[in-house]
Amino acid sequence: MSAAPARPRPLIDALLPLAAIVIALMLFSLFVALEGQAPQEVLETIFAGAFGDAFGWQNTLLRAAPLILTGLAVALPARAGLVIIGGEGALAFGALGAAAAAVPLAGAPNLVLWLAMALSGMLAGGVLIGFSGALRQWRGVNETISSLLLSYIAVALMNHFVEGPLRDPASLNKPSTLPLAPEAMLGNLPGLDVHVGLAVGLVCAVLAWVFLRFTIWGFTVRVVGGNPRAAAMAGLAVTPWVIGLCAVGGAMAGLAGMLEVAAVHGSCNASLLVGYGHAGILIAFIARQNPLAVIPAAILIGGIGAAGSLLQRRLDMPDATVLVLQGILFVVLIAMETLRGRAWRIPQLSAPRLAKATPAPEEAA
Amino acid sequence: MQDRASFSRRNFIKAAAAAPALGLLPASVRDALAAGGITVGFIYVGARDDFGYNQAHAQAAAALKKLPGVKVIEEEKVPETVAVQKSMEAMIVQDKAAVVFATSFGYFDPHVLKVAQKYPNAHIAHCGGLWSEGKHPKNVASYFGYIDECEYLSGIVAGLTSKTGKFGFVAAKPIPQVLRNINAFTLGARSVNPNATTRVIFTGDWAMPVKEAEAANSLLDQGCDVLTCHVDGPKVVVETAERRGAFSCGYHASQAKLAPKGYLTGAEWDWVTPNTTFVKALQEGKPFPNFVRGGLKEGFVKMSPYGAVVSEKARKAADDVKAKMLKGEFVIFKGPLKDNTGKEVIPAGKSFAQQAIELEGMNYLVEGVIGSV
Amino acid sequence: MTIDAITAVLLAMLGGAIRVSTPFLFVSLGETITEKAGRINLGLEGTLVMGAMSAYAASLYSGSPWLGVLAAACAGAVFGLLHGLLASLRRVNDIALGIALMLLGTGLAFYWGKAYIQPQAPTLRAFHLGAWSDSPALRSALDINPLFIAGLLLAFVLHWAFANTRVGLTLRLVGDSEAAARAAGAAVIPTRVAATVIGGALAGVGGAFLSLFYPGSWNEGLSNGQGIMAVALVIFARWQPRRCVLAALMFGAAGAIGPALQSVGISSGYYLFNAAPYALTLLLMALTCSRDTSLKGAPGELSLNR
Repeated sequence: MSAAPARPRPLIDALLPLAAIVIALMLFSLFVALEGQAPQEVLETIFAGAFGDAFGWQNTLLRAAPLILTGLAVALPARAGLVIIGGEGALAFGALGAAAAAVPLAGAPNLVLWLAMALSGMLAGGVLIGFSGALRQWRGVNETISSLLLSYIAVALMNHFVEGPLRDPASLNKPSTLPLAPEAMLGNLPGLDVHVGLAVGLVCAVLAWVFLRFTIWGFTVRVVGGNPRAAAMAGLAVTPWVIGLCAVGGAMAGLAGMLEVAAVHGSCNASLLVGYGHAGILIAFIARQNPLAVIPAAILIGGIGAAGSLLQRRLDMPDATVLVLQGILFVVLIAMETLRGRAWRIPQLSAPRLAKATPAPEEAA
Repeated sequence: MQDRASFSRRNFIKAAAAAPALGLLPASVRDALAAGGITVGFIYVGARDDFGYNQAHAQAAAALKKLPGVKVIEEEKVPETVAVQKSMEAMIVQDKAAVVFATSFGYFDPHVLKVAQKYPNAHIAHCGGLWSEGKHPKNVASYFGYIDECEYLSGIVAGLTSKTGKFGFVAAKPIPQVLRNINAFTLGARSVNPNATTRVIFTGDWAMPVKEAEAANSLLDQGCDVLTCHVDGPKVVVETAERRGAFSCGYHASQAKLAPKGYLTGAEWDWVTPNTTFVKALQEGKPFPNFVRGGLKEGFVKMSPYGAVVSEKARKAADDVKAKMLKGEFVIFKGPLKDNTGKEVIPAGKSFAQQAIELEGMNYLVEGVIGSV
Repeated sequence: MTIDAITAVLLAMLGGAIRVSTPFLFVSLGETITEKAGRINLGLEGTLVMGAMSAYAASLYSGSPWLGVLAAACAGAVFGLLHGLLASLRRVNDIALGIALMLLGTGLAFYWGKAYIQPQAPTLRAFHLGAWSDSPALRSALDINPLFIAGLLLAFVLHWAFANTRVGLTLRLVGDSEAAARAAGAAVIPTRVAATVIGGALAGVGGAFLSLFYPGSWNEGLSNGQGIMAVALVIFARWQPRRCVLAALMFGAAGAIGPALQSVGISSGYYLFNAAPYALTLLLMALTCSRDTSLKGAPGELSLNR
């Protein structure tokens, strides 16, 4: 899962998340048993709902599709050392931007329409988070708080435009922008019941990984994220890199918003804000800011969502059951990081710090 | 499988028995199928016991559970996105649900429509939507109640109980269903107190407890002495009013026990009626009704029992109008009617009965409402 | 706008500042203590929700809302302990752990909280400091909960304690430079864990205020991100307890603008008014920060620091 090849024992490190999942499931079983349910039945249902059959898998992947992009939205700025938590707002802005671009282009060839929507959505999301990066570089405003504030503002603006200037007068009880024509909707991947957003997310994740891993710019980003002062002294343009990575991250969330409009809802409305942006924060941290690892992390969250549906229907368990499972799982996953590269680490070959934004205090000292 | 018209109970059982996945069905569903019963799915957007919108639906689901041969499966807190599409599909595919009740307005377009097209043999009944012939799939139905009748009656009771003649209305969004309730409440109040006014605060979302509390307090600060609301969970508004010694009218479900002193009455849904209609139609192999609506008369909505503080006079005034409504002789929205900017919205001599399509697109606040859309 | 309307809006802002600010105040004071020791606990949103649920349940069973507050503090302390201990492990990222614990806290609170959505628990009472006034608006604005006063006092006590007590100095030393702290013989890890436990307990009390006073009932929508916003406000307040008070009051007051304007009949653009607290905070930060002072006052060991 983790794709940092500099590690001396990648196999053991790769097994850590699996071990974490096993431990988490044991803890969750204990919780379930204490609550008076049969753990085995619950675990079987979870597995069946998420990965048990073709329906489960597609359910999982469909839910994961936007999460890959919102995970990247947090992971990419983190590579430059920034903790961005405004993905939800960037998604809202992206959806609004995409829907606004679609209005004058109604009737245009689909490809033109989709490209325009995607660009507009990415621009909107990119400007929002890019602004957060700019505030940090130019005004010294902490990006974590500014991205959160901007996110709330963006959601308010989206609601304002959807219910005001951009409202489709025919959308009576569910205020929305003008809907796309049915033939202008993005379809499913061939042979799958999952929209093309999944492929878009996968491509973006791989591209980001290749960029960061194999290009000279990727190296620059590591230096900027690792030690901005040293980077500045080495003559690297830190500010453009920081703002740029924020903008690209925002663009990812904006693209997720565009896909929600073009592949799911057909218009921009308040229903598309269901917390994908917030989930992205968790995904990015679980993936340790590695764009490739964002993919399995997103699938894991998607799968838990799919499982929650079946748990409610089969075992009459509350919807919050899967929240508990997620909570336990992610606490264990993150705590298990302590075992990563521990005894079996060759000291000289210390792995590059992936997320300089977040060293443990002991290491910073 | 088979076409919809011939979709009878026997065919259904045959189809279900033929499905290879039957072995995977939970025992309870298997038993229900074997007994010639049907499975019914319910999907809620919020928590089932929210003292409001979702609770009203869950109460109907609980009533359906008691019918012979009916197995109910439920899912709560399902957001209005791919999640609900998958939940509906799963109920149809995995649980063999004969009908899925999709109870949130936002589920309809595109989610219900998309899933219905994909599964032409399944049935989805949606609460609130406007199904129209030729435009929407035949296996989709929409059901809703004319709850503005209860709002009008609440307005009468409020108008005859209030000392200040000022009412506060906490609402989520200025959409037609909400505006219709605000207007009906205000018209009811002004029918007994022509100087009555209603102040409206939109919170912007369906469930925002802190904002609803702020709104309720602002309204009480402005001298309103009766509060009511149109948000998913009226609990906060009703409790805030009670704590500050004001009256309240409920919505969705009964909040009477939350406010023993100040609860006047309330507008409640009674979804058992439409839900049973659909289930009976399927059980008896009758055609699936597509457009099901009704008010007090048809038993789709009901009033909370009057609170102790409601005077005899107020009870009588409301009961008189209610009797007319039950006979189908009462029209709430009739001309001449002005909006609160002075514009005539319904000319003299014209009246809109509950079924009138004009009312579905209401985009104004009537005279006496303070606020704008 | 008439004078009456302006008065009404101002009074509503006063009331809002007092009513809405308390959870922000408790969470941000708690987080200030944690961050002063060099840790970030982003999970206080989950702790707040857990505190709200525990408080309501305990009040319901015991009949005493103050026992509810105590229960919330205990629940918060447990979550703080969990964060404090796990974040002490090598290589475990405190921010990521906080986000995971946020999920766990919310999940457990929702799971166990199902049973308490319906019942009515005894709630906290207010001091009616406005009883002398004829204006209902002023009277309600001055219905002050003891927790609000406790929060104010706590802020000043903390301010004093950080500067003048041995515990306060140790805490800051541990947060500013681990090496220096070790050299001075301070117990780094125990100090950090204790600071996180106290931070969690205070966040739990903030949650108790939500479910037991304002709005005063338990449901799953109770916290719309107040916890995470309060954590962010700590940065805005530059890790100074007295500025946390200002930030919380400002946030509460700005939040009252939207509903108050509508109650006097100004209802267009309500989404924009509702975004006022966020826009105002951002504007103030952009105006008062500069490139060099961004993290002035930030504990040196904080992982936000680079």
